Amino acid sequence: MAQFKLPANSVIGKGKTYYAGAGAKNVRRFQIYRWDPDSGENPRMDTYEVDLAACGPMVLDALLKIKNEIDPTLTLRRSCREGVCGSCAMNIDGTNTLACTKAIADVSGEIKIYPLPHMPVIKDLVPDLTHFYAQYTSIKPWLQAETPPPARERLQSKEDRAKLDGLYECILCACCSTSCPSYWWNGERYLGPSILLQAYRWIVDSRDEFTGERLDDLEDPFRLYRCHTIMNCTKTCPKHLNPAKAIAEIKKLMVERR
Amino acid sequence: MSIRTPLANVRGLGSAKDGTHHWWMQRVTSIALVPLMLWFIFAMLRYSRAEYEVFQHWLSNPINAGLMVTFLFAVFYHAKLGMQVIYEDYVRPEWVMYLALLVTQFVLFLLGAISIISVLKIALA
Repeated sequence: MAQFKLPANSVIGKGKTYYAGAGAKNVRRFQIYRWDPDSGENPRMDTYEVDLAACGPMVLDALLKIKNEIDPTLTLRRSCREGVCGSCAMNIDGTNTLACTKAIADVSGEIKIYPLPHMPVIKDLVPDLTHFYAQYTSIKPWLQAETPPPARERLQSKEDRAKLDGLYECILCACCSTSCPSYWWNGERYLGPSILLQAYRWIVDSRDEFTGERLDDLEDPFRLYRCHTIMNCTKTCPKHLNPAKAIAEIKKLMVERR
Repeated sequence: MSIRTPLANVRGLGSAKDGTHHWWMQRVTSIALVPLMLWFIFAMLRYSRAEYEVFQHWLSNPINAGLMVTFLFAVFYHAKLGMQVIYEDYVRPEWVMYLALLVTQFVLFLLGAISIISVLKIALA
């Protein structure tokens, strides 16, 4: 069967607690997944008390405050701090989202933070996205055309350009793919919502001349049809996009061309 | 042990160029089963306490016999398609998945054949 239980060396234990000082005015507790590949130990949940009176409003602000002022060993990815780069995707309060756009005030009680689910962990909150990026490469995410480029740009009508809205905004943070049970069980072969949305972005681009070849590459019981319309992808997308709809559009084109 | 690039792993054996028919037939049978299932439940409620001759007379009507055969075909075909997806999703190792798939397909085909032949036998008696 698909492995539903955590292997013995992945079972999460209880970690250390870092208490806020006596002068703290507005204390909030953060429970954070910790795993160090060099220690040989199982992962653990460390608890950090953060004084929100001296902290920015977002979860990423608290994580950076912890790293800068409480525990410099905490490891995470971040770059743009404004929801454009997708680096700080993680599981916060049970939902995959971007730490930089998730407000601390939107979570009640202790804030639990894990790395993106069902991915190999490199350290702490950093997942290994090698396979995910290779899947992205496999869909050839660039414009393909046999017609030589015109003297100026390849033209596109306003209507055709509008078809890319809701697709081009995807930042490949992997929140949707790692929220998808089908991707958990069959991620080696299923491309997952994020990559399929990107694939559709090129399929629907009026300037691309390889639409048929792109559909050929996707027509596969595993690459495309592991999507069972569970809709976790659309629910969790921090950019409010709709990968489930993009996948449905690909399936419609598959039927249309028969 | 094998050293391959991540892209080679993703590309694997290439696209099967298949899957659309399976997906489409699952939709077609599920849509067909909405009215057929309602008709079947209605008929069973109506005739569950009837005399055998009354039911036999009802089923010997070509429309009723035709609907019944269509209903049974759609039920078992839909079950086969659905079970296949569940096995492919969850059952590992692969040889267990293929064995489960073979046994299920055989059993569902057999049950479908038995039920349809039974309908024809009653309808044509």
